[in-house]
This record gives sequence, C-alpha cells and structure tokens, in this order.
Amino acid sequence: MNKLEGFDGHPYMANSNEQARQEMLDAVGATDLDQLFEQIPPDNLTDHEFSWPKELSSEHELFHVVNKLLSQNQHCEDNLSFIGSGAYRHYVPAIVDTVIGRSEFLTPVFGTSSSDQGRMQAWFEFTSQLGELLEMEFVGLPVYSYGAAIGHALRMAARVNGRSKVIIPEILDPEKMAVVNTYAGHPDLDGHLEVITCPCDSQTGLIDIDQLRELLNDQVAAVYFESPNALGSLETNASEVIQLARKQGALSIMGVDPITLGIVRSPGSLDCDICVGSIASLGVHLNSGGGVAGFIASRDEERLVRQFPTLQVSLAKTTKQGELGFALTLFEQSSYAAREEGNDWTGNGVYLWAIAASVYMSLLGPEGFREIGAAVLQRTSDLKSSLASVNGIQVLSPGTNFREVVVSFRESGKSIKAINDALLARGIFGGRDLAVMDSRLEGCALYCVTELHSAQDIDQLVQALKEILA
Amino acid sequence: MTELKKYQSAIWSEPIVLTMGSPGRRGQRFALDRPVDHTLEDLLPAHLRREKSVKLPELSEFEVLRHYEHLSQQTLGMMGVSLFGTCTMKYNPRVNERLVNKPEVAEVHPLQDPSTFQGTLEIVDSFDHMLREVSGMDRFVFQAGGGADAAYLHMTLTRAYFADRGELGTRNEIITTIQSHPCNPATAAAAGFSVITLPLEEDGYPSTEALRAALSDRTAALVMNNPDDIGIYNPRVKEWVDAAHEAGALCFYDHANFNGVMTRIRARELGFDACMFMLHKTFGSPKSGSGGPAIGAYGCTDDLAKYLPGPLLERTDSGALTLVEGSDKGVGRIREFMGNLPVVIRAYCWSRAMGIEGLREAANLSVLANNYMETRILSIPGVSKAFPDNKLFRLEMTRYSLEKLTADTGVTVLDIQNRMTDFGVDAPWLSHDPWFIPEPITPEAGELWSREDLDHWIDALAQSCEEAYSQPELVKSAPHNQAIHKLSDAQFSDPDTWATTWKSYTRKYLRP
Repeated sequence: MNKLEGFDGHPYMANSNEQARQEMLDAVGATDLDQLFEQIPPDNLTDHEFSWPKELSSEHELFHVVNKLLSQNQHCEDNLSFIGSGAYRHYVPAIVDTVIGRSEFLTPVFGTSSSDQGRMQAWFEFTSQLGELLEMEFVGLPVYSYGAAIGHALRMAARVNGRSKVIIPEILDPEKMAVVNTYAGHPDLDGHLEVITCPCDSQTGLIDIDQLRELLNDQVAAVYFESPNALGSLETNASEVIQLARKQGALSIMGVDPITLGIVRSPGSLDCDICVGSIASLGVHLNSGGGVAGFIASRDEERLVRQFPTLQVSLAKTTKQGELGFALTLFEQSSYAAREEGNDWTGNGVYLWAIAASVYMSLLGPEGFREIGAAVLQRTSDLKSSLASVNGIQVLSPGTNFREVVVSFRESGKSIKAINDALLARGIFGGRDLAVMDSRLEGCALYCVTELHSAQDIDQLVQALKEILA
Repeated sequence: MTELKKYQSAIWSEPIVLTMGSPGRRGQRFALDRPVDHTLEDLLPAHLRREKSVKLPELSEFEVLRHYEHLSQQTLGMMGVSLFGTCTMKYNPRVNERLVNKPEVAEVHPLQDPSTFQGTLEIVDSFDHMLREVSGMDRFVFQAGGGADAAYLHMTLTRAYFADRGELGTRNEIITTIQSHPCNPATAAAAGFSVITLPLEEDGYPSTEALRAALSDRTAALVMNNPDDIGIYNPRVKEWVDAAHEAGALCFYDHANFNGVMTRIRARELGFDACMFMLHKTFGSPKSGSGGPAIGAYGCTDDLAKYLPGPLLERTDSGALTLVEGSDKGVGRIREFMGNLPVVIRAYCWSRAMGIEGLREAANLSVLANNYMETRILSIPGVSKAFPDNKLFRLEMTRYSLEKLTADTGVTVLDIQNRMTDFGVDAPWLSHDPWFIPEPITPEAGELWSREDLDHWIDALAQSCEEAYSQPELVKSAPHNQAIHKLSDAQFSDPDTWATTWKSYTRKYLRP
C-alpha cells in the first residue's frame, strides 16, 4: 500500500485527498500514516477482515437504499392508532420542526455559555415555561425519560431524608416500573431503595388511600403517584396523598403530563415536593420510541435543590450593568464535577426536545393549553360513550380520564391479540393489552385518543369492532 | 500568520419569551366541538380543575418562529469551527435528517406490532451486526440514551451478572482511572458500587502495579477508556484485562474515544467483555442541540447478553424480526422502550455512506490532523503539552496546558476560551474535573474539518495567546463579539441568587 493511500474525496471528510495528507504528514515529520499509531503495541492491532457492506458514498444511492427499507413501515399518520401507554401522539406544529432542525441547534456540542447564549436562553425558556405550567420554581434540564425522572426523584428523596423505602402505585406502566426497579438498586449493594407497591383500584388505577395510610411510616422516604395515571385517570386524592406523606416526614413525588395543565390542577398548587413527568407531549414526535423525555422539578427549596442530579441553567449577570445572560448553576453537585460523589449521574440526554418543548409552550400560550386540554377531554369522553355502545365491550373507567380508557373485551370471549390482529387487518392499531400491567386486567386493553382523533376516527373504530365482535 | 477572519454574533437583544406578547394573540389553535368552559364544566370536576390561568406568553406564530430563530443566530455551535475535544465533531449528513423525519420513522409508535415496522427493525439488526464487526462483541443494544446511560447499563448489568452468581454480596467494587469519563464512577456509585480510582503515572496512564494492588475478590468490574482524552494509549491494556479477569472481574471498554482507533483495534480481541460506542459522536448522528437525543450503543459477549434489557430483537422462523423481553435475571430496563431508533438509523446511514474504508480513512485523518495541529500549537509561546515525557505520537486528541501563559500574564485558560469565541471558534473544551493538568485545553480535530479550518482554530489560539502577553485586559474581558458580554464571576450556587425559572427570578429579583 502506498504510504498515503486512502479514501479520496469522501464528501464527509475535507482532508481525504493525497495533497492534504502529504502536507500534514510532512509538517508532522512522519514517514507514513502507520507511524502515527506507534502508541498501540503490535499485538493490540487487529488483522480482522471486516465484512461491512460496500460503502454508499453517493447520497442518492444511500437515500434510495434506506428509503426502500423504511417504506415497509406502517405508521400512525396513515393508520388509525389507539395506542398510548407512555408514548402519545399529539400534533407537532410545523415551526417546532423548523426551529429544532436549524443547524445551530441540531449539531453543536454542549458548549459553554460564552458562545452559545441563544441556546442557553432557549433552555431557560424551557424550564421557565414548564415552571409556569407546573407552578413550581425550580426546574432542571431534561432527563432521559419519565421513568428515569421517577427513578432519580425517588433517589433524591432518599438523600434528602436519609430513608430507604419508597411507595409507588402497584398499577404503573410496565416500562416505567422496570426502569424504577433498576434505579432502586439491589439489596446487596449500597443505596438500595426498597420499593413497596401501594394497592390501587383495578379499574381506575387510583391510589387506595386507606392502604397508603397503612403502608406509611417513618421509614418511608417518598410516595410516588401520578395524574393522569397508567390507566388514564386523573388522581382525585392527590391532595390527601401529599398530606399523608408529609405527616410521616416522607416526600411526595407527583408524576404529570404538562399537556394537561392548561385545565388540570397544577402540582405546585397541590404543594407536592417534587414533580416529574414527560415532555414528549410538548412538540416531540413519537420517533419510534425515541421521543421519550423526562423532567424533574420542585419548590425552590435548598434541601431539595441540592439533590438534583440534572444540570440547570440560571439567569446570571454580565459585566455590563443591567444585561442578563445565562449560565449553568449548581454544576458542582453534578457527576461532571464530582464524579462518584455527585448526585446520581448526568450526560447527553434529550436536550433538543427541551427546545422543541420551549417552542411548543410559547406557541400554545394559556389559551392553547386550555383548548388542547378541553379537546382531549372531549375526545376521551366521546371514546368512552362510543365504545360503551358496542355489544361485548365494557368501558371500565368510571372516573375522569385524560387520553386513555380501560376497555374490557371479556364478554366477547375474544382475546386482545385476536381483536388487535383483526383491527390491524383493517389498518387500525388497537389498544395495548393490559394483562401485562395487572392480572386483574386480563381481557382488557388501554385505548388512547388525543386532539388528533376526529369523531369519524372514533366511529371507524366502533364500526370495525362491531364487525370483529359480531 | 495572516489576519484572522472577522466574526460577530448576531445581537438581537431578544427578551425572555415570558415577557413578550399581548393578551389575546394566538400561535396555535385547536379544533373544538364545544366551548372550553362548557367542556370543563361537564367533564372535569371542580377539585381537579386548574385554579389560576397559566402565565405563558401570548404570541402569534410568526413571533414565536422569529424569536427562536434569533436565539439560534446567537448560538455559534458548529457554524464556525468547533473542535470540541472528547466530542468528535463530525458532519451530520442532512440526508439522514430527511430520512428520519419521514412519518415512517417519526410517526411510528414503539408499541406498534413489530410486523408493522420491519424496515426499522431490519436497520437496527444490520447495524447491530456492523458494530459486532468493528468490536468483536456478540450483541448490541440501543436502549441507553447516551454514553453515560450506557455506562449505567454496564453497571446494572454487572450487578445482575454477579447477583445471578450469588457473588454480589462480596463483589461490590468498580475500578477505574482518573482519566475515565466522570460518568463511569458516577454510574457505578448510582448502581450501588464503591469506586476505586487509579491515578496516572508519568507516562500518562496508571501503573499496572497500582491496578494489581486494587484488584481483589471484591472487584466487580474494571472500567476504562483507551486512548484516554489526553490522546495517550495505555499499551498494557491486555495485561490489565487479563489481571482483572484473573480476579474474577468483568472488563468494560468505554469506547468514547474510538475515532482514532477505528478498524485498528477490536475491543473483544483485547479481552473486554463489553464496550460502548457513542452513535451521536463517532457514528455521525448529531449532538442534537448539545445533548441528545443520543445513544450509547452497548455491546457485550454472549455470556453477558442474557442479562441485557428488553425489548430485544429476535428473528422468527419465518425470517421476520420480532421483539422479546429479556431474562428475568437481567436488567429489566434502564429507559422506556427500545431506544432512540432515529439515532440508530442515522448512524446506520453514516456507516453505510462511509464503509469500512471510510472508517479507516476517518481514523487516519483524525490522528494525522491532531498531530499536525500539535506541531503548530506547541510553537505558540506559553503553551505546552500534557505528559511531555511521553514522546510518542498522540492519537486523535492532545491535551495542552497554558500554565506558563497564566503564570506569565495572569490570563487563564477560561479567558482564552472566551476570547477564541470572538474569532468564530466555538468555546474549546478544557478538561473534565479534576484538572490534574493545570490550565488545560483539549482540541480534537476529527476527520470533518479542512486544513484551513484547523489553521483558523490554531490562529485564533495563537492570536489570543499573543494578546494575553500584549493586551491582557482585552482577553480577560472577552468575549467582545458575542451576543452578550462576559458573565460576571459570581458563583451560581447561592439559594438567594440562583434562578432556574422566570418564576424564581421574579420572586428573588423583581419583587420589592
């Protein structure tokens, strides 16, 4: 091999030509490229014959190949989907995609404030607008997911009060439940949290207050509950849960979807200690599951704030009188600064979705959040009444539901899988089988609607189910 | 040195969005069958209703668009030259954006029946196999939402592995080096392990004796990167891995610094049980607004694969791909669903566009460009290199020190960092904490940037250093060409002054 041979003229590499290689090699004073790798002992080098497909360095060829693969996929724009369960399809306004597609936001690294003030401001506007929806003053930059946010918040609570038991609802989305169990650790190791599940009503998923009272004692670090919960119900006893926890010196952690908060009572006004949730509903596409994103917020109270694992942006002064800028705050308690002494860990997360959510919240404003909240409530109510009219179907959700309702097909004698297969044959994605969540929900499925579902969409589902169950 | 190209950030004096707008303006409307108030009255019991209206801005659609476009214009990012060390600033091909923004990716629900998104699953499977080729591992998963999350996956998988063997009660230590990324010790501690951190010796890596002294029957895993982010390769890595295995520990290779060694080494051949690649870094997916969505692709041997979190890909007898749960003894989940699949698709596209020859070229160019930069940077007065006694060519990064410049002039590396942004250079990376090299600065050339770009970066450093000697106040008060002035030195760790929301700021600063 020629000492300068390489892949000439690759569009992604400016110096992939003989002249650039030669000039730099001359400047370095090396005789060939291999010499530059002298640090690696010969017995570390591989002689493996790599079998990768031949490169597709022409863009049109690459596009054609990958596009063809992707064109096999079916999706929720062409198909009528009633799947929710932790990933909800809301409308993404066009300018959200425009803004997050801009090179300045899409491609940079986590730089410092001196050169990236615009992005720092967009992040601050994310935490600020979210803080307004939540009515909470301290909001961190986002975390990987809703489940990760719950896990971190439980661990925060244990650090705040030095206790090690946590109470969570027995009915919790199985994806989240698995994440929480991972974050809780292992009894053989340090920092383990004993996870206690609080009994819930099997039709609504609401916390059984009497059982919670029984479970609470002075060893409980935190009580976690959510609204809307895993079955789509808004928690009617939120205030009581928070007060019960407080009475025992435990922290209350409330999970929310901020998209409800134009109309639904805020976690801040309920005075929960820590609030977690998803920001995926705020302008993020489903992205095949790559749209999940979480947040952690609390009162601006030092004992809580000192336990945040996230990075934060704070308003800050500059050297010019009256001018405001943005800087990271409390960096010293993060894993970046303190390694194993930091609060849990942080890293590359879902920060682009923070900008998407910021644009989304600015677009909707107070009236937009009221409208979307009302639109979803209305659709959810329409879904309940329409499905209740179908023979063989029972809607089990007696409370106030947002987006999701529990539908029992037990009377029909058909399995959820058989029903969903039949729906799929008609281009409809049926609701998630709830047997995975709770054995009492065998024969039930969770159906989800958002503002994107029209009355005709619900009719189409009803007609299809009538045919299938006939 | 020719005169540096001029740069000036846009200055829009853009207000905080919460202070903008006018009552009644709308940026987005939703179709309703009935008025909001009627709906709420009928469907939402009073005790569940929000009490106070949300204090969000009321803006027209265009105003929102322009506000955030202005903010983007006040973000330098990759619009100039960004050689941010440890982050391998690559080109993020826009054809990949075109592909992942299609509804066939963007509008797919993760709980759809696997038969309905076979195209994506085929890509995930192919890319898994491509990563197996470059690493020698038996299987990759993509659930980890970044490099740190992949480190956490390794720690939890280590936990599951030893718990299954009944050894977790005694094996509760993770050994790493001071040069490992902070997420490695942090995730180890978060998973419940105690951490032993080995210091560096004069060659730039810890001694094998120190490792041997730390290893015992309490060691659960050795976690290391190689090369580290100084550009130094630990030549005894095989010996290390053997020693850790002899002690019964697992060995995890944090391959964050893979760019310079692509196609030259394979993690499995060095003896590692598991490794991690950052797809938003080494494999061409964007950093995405500076912090994800990202992926730490985690690969391991068959022995460990049974502890991987679900949902896992499996090929059925019919040849289709399906998703199955992992073992009960494994890590259930570290995050919901299968991972940021659009990032996998982008990385797959990038890898297909590069091919294995392209990968080798990228590694060659990144190491060549780094050493080219070194020859020029070391001629700048006041600048030296970390571990100068190690005379071997550095790999894809070199850490420098401005210790002498600071001693001579009082100008710190933070000042230089700020000043370089005045020349359209994204604030360079210094070092993770702790700074064991004084006044550190660490560029990473990568394969993207042209020689002209590299020269501009070096010229900006040279100019800033020259100014430190000739006009130190100019450098200390930088930046001068950015959207705002230098941030004051105040520490942002005081409960009375920090304000992470406008709500908090209003209470602390604006109320009488």
